[in-house]
Amino acid sequence: MAELTLREAISLGLREALDNDPRVIIMGEDVGAYNGAYAVTKGFLKDYGETRIIDTPISEAGFVGAGIGAAMAGLKPVVEIMTINFSLMASDQIINNAAKIHYMSGGQYSAPIIIRTVTGGGAGLGATHSQSFEGFYATIPGLKVITPAFPDDALGLLRTAFKDNNPILYCEHALLYSVRGEVPDDPSFEVPFGKAKTRKIGSDITLVGYGRSVHTALKAADELKKRNVDAEVIDLRTLRPLDIETVIESTKKTHRCIVIEEAWATGGFGSYVAYEIQKNAFNSLDGPVLHLGALDVPAPYAKNLEMMTIPNEQWILDAVEKEFGIGN
Amino acid sequence: MMPQMGYDMKEGRLVKWLKKEGEAITSGEDIAEIETDKAIIPMSSPSEGVLRKIITPEGEMVPVGTILGIIGSVDEDISSKIDAIITETASIAKPENSNSSQESKKETTTETKNLNLGTVNATPIAKKIATDKNIDLSLITGTGPNGRIVEKDVLNYSESSVSVPDISTLPKVKPLISATSEIIELSRMRKAVARTTSASSIEAPHFYVTTDIDMTESMKMRIQANKALEVEGKRISVNDFILKACAVALLHHPNFNATFHGDTIEIHSNINIGVAIDLDGSGLIQPAIMACQKLSLVEISVGTKDLITRARGNQLRAEEYTGSTFTISNLGMFSIESFTAIIAPPNCAILAVGSVRDTPVVFNGEIVIKQMMKVTLSVDHRSNDGAAAARFAGEIKTLLEQPVSLLL
Repeated sequence: MAELTLREAISLGLREALDNDPRVIIMGEDVGAYNGAYAVTKGFLKDYGETRIIDTPISEAGFVGAGIGAAMAGLKPVVEIMTINFSLMASDQIINNAAKIHYMSGGQYSAPIIIRTVTGGGAGLGATHSQSFEGFYATIPGLKVITPAFPDDALGLLRTAFKDNNPILYCEHALLYSVRGEVPDDPSFEVPFGKAKTRKIGSDITLVGYGRSVHTALKAADELKKRNVDAEVIDLRTLRPLDIETVIESTKKTHRCIVIEEAWATGGFGSYVAYEIQKNAFNSLDGPVLHLGALDVPAPYAKNLEMMTIPNEQWILDAVEKEFGIGN
Repeated sequence: MMPQMGYDMKEGRLVKWLKKEGEAITSGEDIAEIETDKAIIPMSSPSEGVLRKIITPEGEMVPVGTILGIIGSVDEDISSKIDAIITETASIAKPENSNSSQESKKETTTETKNLNLGTVNATPIAKKIATDKNIDLSLITGTGPNGRIVEKDVLNYSESSVSVPDISTLPKVKPLISATSEIIELSRMRKAVARTTSASSIEAPHFYVTTDIDMTESMKMRIQANKALEVEGKRISVNDFILKACAVALLHHPNFNATFHGDTIEIHSNINIGVAIDLDGSGLIQPAIMACQKLSLVEISVGTKDLITRARGNQLRAEEYTGSTFTISNLGMFSIESFTAIIAPPNCAILAVGSVRDTPVVFNGEIVIKQMMKVTLSVDHRSNDGAAAARFAGEIKTLLEQPVSLLL
């Protein structure tokens, strides 16, 4: 076991792929000479050369489209979109080309592209650079949406992504790059898509999240424990495919559930998760299924104000007390 | 619609239509007779018009809220309303009501227990456990947000209470000594008494305060008053004094003229005192004398006599069943010295009254004979505490010991 940061784990996974598979290339803004906007591809240009590490112009629609074409033609491209906010420029390529080509060509083509992108707010970058669109992409059939919260999952899911023949949106939360954690040394260690992980076992309430909201839930669980509420924390890890069964089984055990995400609560992906829970665990519920998401406003630029719009552990504690009457 | 004619009423039988289809009706006029658990009561029309259509036939037992008939104007088109009612009726699965007008005369002993699952504020799992364990959720106080009944409440209830199965659902046991035992089917009234008293015993934590009241002055005043009233043919009873004293005391202690609702207490604006009436051994009803705070001692006396007469003649009005806010049970006429009573829901207190008897008491350092009476107040501890009950009982005592204020 080695202790790595989430950044190091992704970097390790990318290097492995570059080392083992000549079809793998990396392209995107500042991935080469600048060493990556979030330093994930630091040193890659020097080690792998400019035929495999390609700096692109600031044209998301262009280089994502090029990546999809390369994938259809037989390469295994990793395209980095600096933040998920800029993916909107490439959304037609992602949704109408990458996600559809296998289906619309009757299986003649596939587009095994990995689109790495950075999601989430909380960095004081203003309303247009602080959004969380992974849940929105998870509504699109034909895409796979991966949302690691810990270094081991980041590596294990990336290894699985390189073996998958579908377009994949791999979403890295901007505030999680420095999270440290044990990562197995075993090179065959992988994390399957569509399998949630119970990060903490508990009996009184199920807290469900992905990405940074898992960490928020774990902090809330620590505080709840002091209040005699034993929370179970589930990390969805991938939004599509979605492992709803693990969440349903947990809720059937605890009888209470809160789904937490950092995207806007209105129409958020978490509301779909909550819907599945109430439908499948209805007779086990000892209260409403709750859904916490960001406030219905553009992210404020001032960081202190921005943090007030994103669910934190206090929101969870308040909801537990108010809606379930426990932990007070 | 089938009216709610009692706190506990869930269904009623339409005994007889007093109007025919097409007949004109004035608002408030009696249009049908309804049999409840307790009595046959005339039902007055909620509005003026013509009885256009009878929906529920005579003899049928239907749940409260069921549409009995349609009142409209002479030329109003009611066909769409009839269609809607028929559709609605068909969509309600009613296994327990499948006994039609002919069959329903046979009282079945295995009615489905109404677990109050529909409208009660409880979580899905609380409802599921209640269904599995045959627990009536209306008997449980919710501790969740806004008084919601949560899983823990049902589990605690089911652990703490000795399971009181609905008497009507108990399997019939073969008599051991069949030659000498007699098995009596419960009357509807007996069932109702069984249901409400066991519910009250389980749900309301009772406590009791007893006090001795010197009735000497009240008895003297009663003799004088009855002499004065002789010409009018009126007579005030000891119970009338107690009713009046309670009405005055309740004005000053409104927390005992109240209903406990889980997370709120409803203080009633009118003081409607229920009087436990024995129906010559066939059962017990507790109809109320309405708005006692507005009645003089003589008016209370007249009202009580009228109430008892009508109770024994099955002629009580619906609000007299539902309206009581406090109850008095008096066994003094049976020479009972004292007893404790079970609170009649939705009240939060009941006064049990014993007989007035000549008793040696110490008065100003000497033993003298006084006319003493013991009363015991049963109180629902969820709504009131001991000291408050003592003050309330103390005021009743003072009023009866210095009864002149009862005439004011």
